[in-house]
Order: sequence, then structure tokens, then C-alpha cells
Amino acid sequence: MRDVAIIGVGATAFGELWEKSFRSLGIEAGMKAIEDANLSGDEIDALYIGNMSAGRFINQQHVDALVADYSGMATNNVPATRVESGGASGGVAFREGVLAVASGLHDMVLVGGAEKMTDLDDPAIGSIMDSTADAEYEAGLGVTLASNYAMIARRMIHEGIATREEIASVAVNSHFHGELNPGAQFRRAVPLETVLRSGPVATPLGMFDCAPISDGAAAVILCPLEDAKEHVDRYVKVAAVAQASDTLALFQRDSITEFRATQAAARRAYEAAGVTAADIDVAEIHDDFSVAGVMALQDLGMYAKGKAGAAFLNGETHFDAGKTAVNTSGGLKARGYPIGAAGVAQIVELAEQLRGTADKRQVKDAKHGLAQSVGGNGSAVTVSILEAI
Amino acid sequence: MASVAKEWREIPGRYNLRGTKCGSCGKVFFPSRSFCPVCRRESIGKVEDYKLDRHGEVYSFSVVHEAPESCSMLKPYAVVMVRNRDGVLLSGQMVDVDVDAIEIGMPVRAVLRKLDADGLAGVIHYGFKFTPDL
Ligand SMILES: [Zn+2]
Repeated sequence: MRDVAIIGVGATAFGELWEKSFRSLGIEAGMKAIEDANLSGDEIDALYIGNMSAGRFINQQHVDALVADYSGMATNNVPATRVESGGASGGVAFREGVLAVASGLHDMVLVGGAEKMTDLDDPAIGSIMDSTADAEYEAGLGVTLASNYAMIARRMIHEGIATREEIASVAVNSHFHGELNPGAQFRRAVPLETVLRSGPVATPLGMFDCAPISDGAAAVILCPLEDAKEHVDRYVKVAAVAQASDTLALFQRDSITEFRATQAAARRAYEAAGVTAADIDVAEIHDDFSVAGVMALQDLGMYAKGKAGAAFLNGETHFDAGKTAVNTSGGLKARGYPIGAAGVAQIVELAEQLRGTADKRQVKDAKHGLAQSVGGNGSAVTVSILEAI
Repeated sequence: MASVAKEWREIPGRYNLRGTKCGSCGKVFFPSRSFCPVCRRESIGKVEDYKLDRHGEVYSFSVVHEAPESCSMLKPYAVVMVRNRDGVLLSGQMVDVDVDAIEIGMPVRAVLRKLDADGLAGVIHYGFKFTPDL
């Protein structure tokens, strides 16, 4: 297998972008990444697109063909592949792209992620999100994705793994960083009280524990590491792309206070990259619900079970705290959560951090970055590790 | 819009809490599985139908205020995870209860109730929900 580099990244702003269509978002992110990599676009020989549900959000299936066409790639008949893995769609698409280059099959790959969600109303969007759980035995019985995370949170509080305040502080951390990211949907810090007092979604979780509904797209360009400097001065190495699965339904697990798919993917990623959790300077984690952030730091081995909540509450997760900086982009909560784009946007943020171009939220001397992308209630997880060159 | 056939297929599980038991390791699964994910090939031909015990205790719960389309008429409504007497974890709604009175460890039992309907002339879905086991 060949070593792989990221030589270009790009993302649209995330938010309720009523004036922008799915195709315009995808093209904007892709063109930014191609420009960032100093390419014409002609060099690209494969496309991977993370997208969860354009079929239901905008009634457009076959978005692989749509993106290939409107990005001009279809002119060269470049193969395009759409990847769906619930909330992990972007993370899995990134892994597929890396594998395509690592295997020697392709030499210049564009991985994009995009979702256009805001054309529908909230209950309709909720139903689509809930379809990433078990449609027959969770969603079909009235169990929502949010209520599953809420039941995880309830159980964590009950078992003394995290307090309600610690869980809420995951959202506070993401908003703290969102204020520093010009591309974030919510560019303002929020106090803990605001999260705790937000209207209930699924108790004990409220509105501010949940990532927003967003439109947006992100893209990265991959090539063999040895070719990277022919194109750009600054690039990062992909040190690992690991993936793991678990049961579709949350209630089928032995434990609901940890995601074994995160643990398995992390173990595989650390081994492949030859690093440990202690080596990670900056992490982008899948905080679609606040409680998932607490689980992530524990399952990734950065904190012992029962210790991650306090790290968020005490600000140890801030970009300038000298420990593993968490969700410097604003995370899914403040940067926004256009589902298929999220996992790719995490890679964009890590590349910015490792190249030293993260501006006001720059983590000092960041050497290793980790991204965790999660589908459903931990049914699919990717853990990717990037390394500064 | 769910079809009648789709609804009919799930009747054993949703109406009667029918699962399966692995004849090789003894583990009970709900909903039913054609083979045991632990024993795999060893379990083929040894998986038996198993009717789950309807009684159990609340393992965790949540009151849903932001409901999907199919449940918007019900909100707020309670969902629970229940550890039944077989040791199996189940998820579903909880009814006939003051939602503020639900707590972890509360005894509950599964009963057959209407879940939702596909519009006025559509298929009415039935399935299990949990109630306090007094
Ligand atoms: Zn077995």
C-alpha cells in the first residue's frame, strides 16, 4: 500500500443556505479544494461522494453522477461513487478515497461530502435522521435517534459516568470554537446555562445538545505522498483510516454507555499510525448530540471512562489548553451538520490545523490530528489519523 | 406509506414479542435472527423460536418532545429501554403513565397497542408498548 497525502481542502459555509442548491454547494467545495491543490481538475481520476440521503432530502438519487457531471469530471468519464453510511457517510467516503490511492488504483482522488437538508420541515428531516436507526424496531416504534442518545445520557448520569452539566459542556466547547471559525453556522459562544435551559428535544437532552440542520459541502484532494510536493508546498499525510461496525439497533448492545465501534476503529487506527491517544494534538469528533462527545473522548482512549465530561467542563478541550484540542472547527454542533459533508469537513479542519492555517483557532505545533465520524447510534464509525509533514 | 405485507411480516415480533434463542450458546435475540451472530455456522439449524417474557424493568428512558412525522400526534411521549426477565434489552414507547413518574428500575410489562396509522384510510400499525406493571 502507498502512503497517501492530502494536498488540497475546501468547504462551503455551513448553515441554512436557501439560495444554494445541492449541486452548487458540491461544486463550490470541490472547486476550492482543486484550487487549493494547484490543480486544473483534469488530473483527478476518481471521485468519492459522501451523502446520506439526497434521495429523501431533495428527491435526487444518483448524486455520484450529478457531481461528476456538474464538476466537469464526466467530460473525462471519471468514475464517481456515492457512499452512504448514515452520519458516517463522509468519514467512510474519505476512507474509500484513501484506499483507492493507497492501493495504486487511482493517483488523484477527490473526496467530497454534501447534504442539502433545509428544503424540508423539521419533522420530515427528523424522520430521515431516524431512519439511520433500526426502521422496524426503533424508529417504527417511536424511538428516535435523539431519544436513543438521550437514553445513553440518562444512563451515563445514572451510572455516574458524567453529570448533566458535563454532558452539556460538550456543546459549550463546540460553540467556543465556532465563534473562531468564519465558516461555522453558529459563530457565537454560549454559556452552560443556555444549554441546560434550552427547550427539551428528548429529555434529558435539549435543543442546544443537538447539532443543527444544515446545508453544506466539503472536499479534499488525495494523491500518493511521494507526488505531493509536485503540486503544493504544504500537505499532510494520512497516517490511518480505520472503520468499524456494530449492531444497527442500540438496544442490541451489551453496553449503551460506550460505542465499541469507536473503540475498535480507534485501536486499528492507532496501530496503523504507530501512535497512541496521547499523541493526538487535535481531534474532530462526531458531536451530533452532546453526550456523544463525552463517549468519543472515552472510547478513543483520550480519557478514562468517567473522566471526559470534566475535561469539557474545565475547558481542557480548548484549542489553547495544551491538551488534545477538541472540535476546533466548532464541531457538528456549532460548525453545522450537513450530514454527508460532516466527516469530510472534519478532515478539512484537521488539514488546516496540521498545515498551520487554522488562524484564530490554531493549535500550536499540531503534529497529529484525529477525526471520528459516526453513523446512527454508533453502528458505523471511522477513525482517521492525519500527520503533519 | 407502509404496505400491508410489510406490516404483516413483522407481526410475530411486534405483536407477540417473538424472538429466537440460539441452541448452541443459549443467547436470546429480539427481533428474531436466522442464525446466532456469536456462534455463526455452529448455530445453523439450532436456532429456535422463543417467546420473550413480557415483564421487565426500565433500564433507561426519555420523554420525546421533538417527534418525527409518524409520532407528531403523540408528543410529548415516553420511550424506554427495558431489561426483560430473559435479560434481553428492548426499546419501545411507554404509555398509561405520568411521564414525570418514570424512573430507572420501574417494573413494566409489554402490551399490544396501536402504534400509528398511514393516514385516515391507511394500514393501522399495532405493536408492543410498555405500561407500569402494578
Ligand atoms: Zn449462539
